[in-house]
Amino acid sequence: MPDLGFEVLLKGRNFARILEGLGIALRVSMISVAMSIPFGILLGILAAWKNIFARAVIRCYLEFVRIMPQLVLLFLVYFGTTRAFGWNLSGEVASIIVFTLWGTAEMSDLVRGALISIPAHQYESAFSLGLTKSQVYQYVILPQTVRRLLPLSINLITRMIKTTSLILMIGVVEVLKVAQQIIEANRMSSPNAAFGIYLTVFALYFLACWPISLFAKYLEKRQVC
Amino acid sequence: MMLLNWEFIAKYLPLYQKAAYLTAKIGFAGIIAAVAVGLICAFVQYYKIPVVNKFVSVYIELSRNTPLLVQLFFIYYGLPKIGIKTNSEVCGVAGLAFLGGSYMSEAFRSGIEAVEPIQEESAYSLGLNKFQTMRYVILPQAFAISFPAFMANVIFLMKETSVFSVISLMDLMFTAKDLIGLYYKTTESLLLLVVFYMLILLPISALGSILERKLRRAGFGI
Repeated sequence: MPDLGFEVLLKGRNFARILEGLGIALRVSMISVAMSIPFGILLGILAAWKNIFARAVIRCYLEFVRIMPQLVLLFLVYFGTTRAFGWNLSGEVASIIVFTLWGTAEMSDLVRGALISIPAHQYESAFSLGLTKSQVYQYVILPQTVRRLLPLSINLITRMIKTTSLILMIGVVEVLKVAQQIIEANRMSSPNAAFGIYLTVFALYFLACWPISLFAKYLEKRQVC
Repeated sequence: MMLLNWEFIAKYLPLYQKAAYLTAKIGFAGIIAAVAVGLICAFVQYYKIPVVNKFVSVYIELSRNTPLLVQLFFIYYGLPKIGIKTNSEVCGVAGLAFLGGSYMSEAFRSGIEAVEPIQEESAYSLGLNKFQTMRYVILPQAFAISFPAFMANVIFLMKETSVFSVISLMDLMFTAKDLIGLYYKTTESLLLLVVFYMLILLPISALGSILERKLRRAGFGI
């Protein structure tokens, strides 16, 4: 059996380079998640408001961002805005902008869902016990919302990591691009390297996301009890 | 602000139509395949068929924790090296089925599990056999419960088709990128791209919410 790419992986700095590529993808997703969560919470609270105008604007933003494929959004920001406004964006900055916009939309929807899912009698009972409005939120509503929100927002992290694989398409040198370069460079010596290298990338993504998914599942189970 | 070049839009409209047709075709084929995979996996997990059950859980974890882009790269560029060759259309459908199968299976399984055990017991006590119970009692209720999740998955999978240009399918993204590269008409190309994705995705989303409301009114399930 000829080499399926696992030897190429051990040659020189190849494996380290793949890990560095994964690091770039993870960095983009972590920055985007870190910005999406506060923005999303803010927007989610705003969306639960009764102001019709604010709700209409937020609704339009949410619908557009959530119905468009993330790749289309990437193209719009990376090719579209740079052309329309004449500024310069690196692929990485463009992807952070897009994933923050997308993550904010997803997060705000989770927040809104969690807020709505608190039954009205929780508010009513709290008020009837004589708590003030801020006390109701601080001691009754928020603790319950946060508990419902936690597993969902951790799931958002894995979705973000998976989605950042798209940054390859706007020319960011991340893990898949590095994999392509390695396969290209070793085309003569091991023509079958694509199998092993892409399998490795697959495994690395799995190793990055799986523990986070398990953690989210664990939190979800604990919350039921 | 520049004005749009309508001549350019008119000239390349047919190209986008073709691409949109391809995107929709492969998307729907992939979704149907994903539903089939999902149903099988959901039944295997519900009846806890030994051994197969374990494989299904491993598959679900693998599929849910990796991006479609990486799955496609592996299927399209990796697998031919060990002798499994596919053309890009088959690969696209296979990729969607691999990714979507696990999401669909989770949706169906949670629907089946949400049907109370008393329903199954009552059906048995009425003399229905295992198949009849599944077909006439559990599935109709499970379907209504899992419908919102199912619809969300359909839209999710349709959106995921946007990465198909990496396996050299001439889909909407491919066309847009090509035109931007060739003619530098970025605004027009992107506008057409957004419009065509809207044309595909908005009807699905609208149909989904109508059906959801109908199912809720029908009073199936809970």
